[in-house]
Amino acid sequence: MDGLKVSKANLTVYLHPSKSRDVSEAIFRELSSLLFTFSEALDGVVLAYDINSLDNKNAKILSGVIPYFGVPLSVDLLLFSPKPHMLLEGKVVKLSQESIHVVVLGFSSAIITEKDIREEFVYKTKHEQDVYASKSHKRHVIKVGTMIRFSVKSFDEEILHIYGSLMPDHTGSIHWLEKHSDLISHTDRNAKKRESEGELTTLKQDAIDGKLSPLDTAQKIKKSKKQKIQEES
Amino acid sequence: MGRVSGTEKQEFTEMENAEFSDFQLICHVRDALSAVTLGDRENYDELVGYLHRKESPNPDEIALLETTLKALSGTVSSIDSVHHESLLSALYRMSLWNYGTSIMDALIELIISLAASNGKYIDWSLELLVNNFTPPYHLMNNLKQEIGIEKKNKVLSRVHAAFEAIAVLVPLAPLRLSPIVVQRMPLIYSKGPEILMYVENMLKLESGAIGEIVGVTMLPAIVDRLIELDVEIGWDGLLHEDAKGIFEMELDDAELEDGDDNMLAAEYLNRKSLEGNTIADKLDSLIELTFLHLESCQSSGRLSEVFDVLLRSFKRTILNAYKSKFTQFLVFYACALDPEDCGVKFAMVLTEMFVSNVYPPNTRMSAVAYLASYLSRAKFVSAALVASILQRLVDWCLNYCQSHDSIMNPRAHQVFYSGCQALMYMLCFRMRSLMDAPRLKMQLLNMPMEPILQHKLNPLKVCLPTVVVEFLRQAKAAKLFMTSESFAFDDMLESDLSRAFGGIYRLDMFFPFDPCLLKKSESYIRPHFARWSKIKCDGADDGEFSETGSEASDDDFADMNENDMIEGDMMVSVQAGLDFDPDLNRMSITPKNKPLLYLHQHNARMPARIRPSTSPESL
Repeated sequence: MDGLKVSKANLTVYLHPSKSRDVSEAIFRELSSLLFTFSEALDGVVLAYDINSLDNKNAKILSGVIPYFGVPLSVDLLLFSPKPHMLLEGKVVKLSQESIHVVVLGFSSAIITEKDIREEFVYKTKHEQDVYASKSHKRHVIKVGTMIRFSVKSFDEEILHIYGSLMPDHTGSIHWLEKHSDLISHTDRNAKKRESEGELTTLKQDAIDGKLSPLDTAQKIKKSKKQKIQEES
Repeated sequence: MGRVSGTEKQEFTEMENAEFSDFQLICHVRDALSAVTLGDRENYDELVGYLHRKESPNPDEIALLETTLKALSGTVSSIDSVHHESLLSALYRMSLWNYGTSIMDALIELIISLAASNGKYIDWSLELLVNNFTPPYHLMNNLKQEIGIEKKNKVLSRVHAAFEAIAVLVPLAPLRLSPIVVQRMPLIYSKGPEILMYVENMLKLESGAIGEIVGVTMLPAIVDRLIELDVEIGWDGLLHEDAKGIFEMELDDAELEDGDDNMLAAEYLNRKSLEGNTIADKLDSLIELTFLHLESCQSSGRLSEVFDVLLRSFKRTILNAYKSKFTQFLVFYACALDPEDCGVKFAMVLTEMFVSNVYPPNTRMSAVAYLASYLSRAKFVSAALVASILQRLVDWCLNYCQSHDSIMNPRAHQVFYSGCQALMYMLCFRMRSLMDAPRLKMQLLNMPMEPILQHKLNPLKVCLPTVVVEFLRQAKAAKLFMTSESFAFDDMLESDLSRAFGGIYRLDMFFPFDPCLLKKSESYIRPHFARWSKIKCDGADDGEFSETGSEASDDDFADMNENDMIEGDMMVSVQAGLDFDPDLNRMSITPKNKPLLYLHQHNARMPARIRPSTSPESL
């Protein structure tokens, strides 16, 4: 999944003098207050931290009415910063004719409105369940509980809300995408031949997305291997 | 446009192919909403018009409202906060209490969809739901009737279910809910039923599905509010003066309920006492509500976690709020519900606070006062626990004595004196039960109390005289010290010295778990509360000990009223069926106006008398 990164940061935590008795606990508390909030400086939502080292010999005392002291430390931070066109994965929690609601990483809510869902998917009620079913591939179904991959349109930093899109071809139910990845690349090649140059082809889209995480390139290697095997057989 | 609305209405009343018309409706609404951005407001204004509350809507209008709401739920992503401001404010003003269940459901659905669709609307939606915690003013009185209660259940169950539904869609919503709920708490001057209802909702949140995240802030906020109410109730003189007025108020009960704000015949009820009493009522009802909540926590097995939260709140606020009279009974009751876990934990925490010198002196003194009062009054605390705590206190005091080779100085050694007083106070109540158990009796007799009490620091002289007198009397009866003379302080409750060590907050007379005077709350506390009764000392161990249960015969207490009981600052006349307004003449803050002559006489006598065991060496 895109959007996750580990950063090393050198921070200074300023503590109230009353906390000087138990500095490490106070530092943990300060760092914990950062969790699940978006930080401009760090460019991401802090999900986890791991203190590498803290300098407990030198802390600069600020002059002022209350002499806070600043403890320098080095931390590893797990950051989540979704940018437009990134591919994210999440679980569907609600489906309606108008939108699909997804929860990413268990804390961030995402919404994909009907106008960002590609023509391929059609809203139906199957067996008393609301689903989005694909017109071209019978087995490709999105319902409540499905893990889907979608692309990011924008990200509201304050409430950590993601606006997503299912327009790109490589989005949809992950389960189905994994199983039929060869099918997709096959149809991609055909589609490329058929489509006019003006439109953004899915391969191009792929290329934009594809240069990101090593995970994706590994997947591509797998895909091309599968293709080779298929062609040989 | 009239034409369009005509056909709309037709569709509503027909409703044949439901799916078909639903979709049409949604499209129509969507178009109406998007038309606003282009400047065409007609359809949109019509929609908003459907949302405004009508006095007595006919079924058509109700159906129209419901369909509008449902259609809006399907088009939430087209709702823009700027262009559709009038729509949003119309929705915001809608109260679930005014409508039937179908509209309630439709509105809730809309709120949930709005919250999930856009980050901007999350706070808005949560606030809307919190607004529905209490009914609108004109429905407040119905709450007492059955229709009102039924309505309340319908509304509140939907509101809390909505919170859960939003939490599923937007996992971070509960985090944003806590500050909203706390911020909107009614002030202490709001009407009783309103506060009560709101707190009921807060407690429901605490034990609900999102309680894990939200619950941690709910209880402390409630405790804070309780303390605010508590400190508003004054003792000394305020209620005393209006004793007559309060009795008369009872006679005119009916009139009073209609409008608390209306000034009754101001002749015999001045405003202050009226407010004081309504505040006491509010406090009483709130404490009762919290008691019930604690009971439900216990039956669902959560009491331990809830108690931790409560204890933290106690340490932060109640402990140092010396004017708090009844809020602390929350902790008492929680301990009573689970003596082995919570009961022991409370005692341990307080002991730790006293012996560790991290805390400021006032906090330590307060902690030990709480400890003493708690262990004396809690019927459910085992004698073994009391003995072990006593041991710790004695050891601490002895240690202190040995490391401080100085003469009596109330201010400088106030923590020590408060510890000694706590020891003596506890033994006044618990001596009997400790002596009855052989093992504990041994432990007690082995405790090195004499060296402490006879030390240069002279705690017997500094501590509260009534406590000292009673303790010595019992110690003599129990043969705790080999030779102990009881010496009289002339029935003086306090002395200059005790005042000195008590400080400005009078921590020498601080007995926080003195009997609760709030009627409803007291009935919950009564079975677990040990009342003071005089232990008749016949000079023998098997002197009559009349253990007073909750039903005390009036005889027992009749003659006790003359001899003041050792209740520190509260000499409470215990009558069966305690009301909030007992005979207030007997209840008074202790002799501030006691003539000073006594003191001089005492000082003249005390030095001669204050050697209780004249010859310890002779043992």
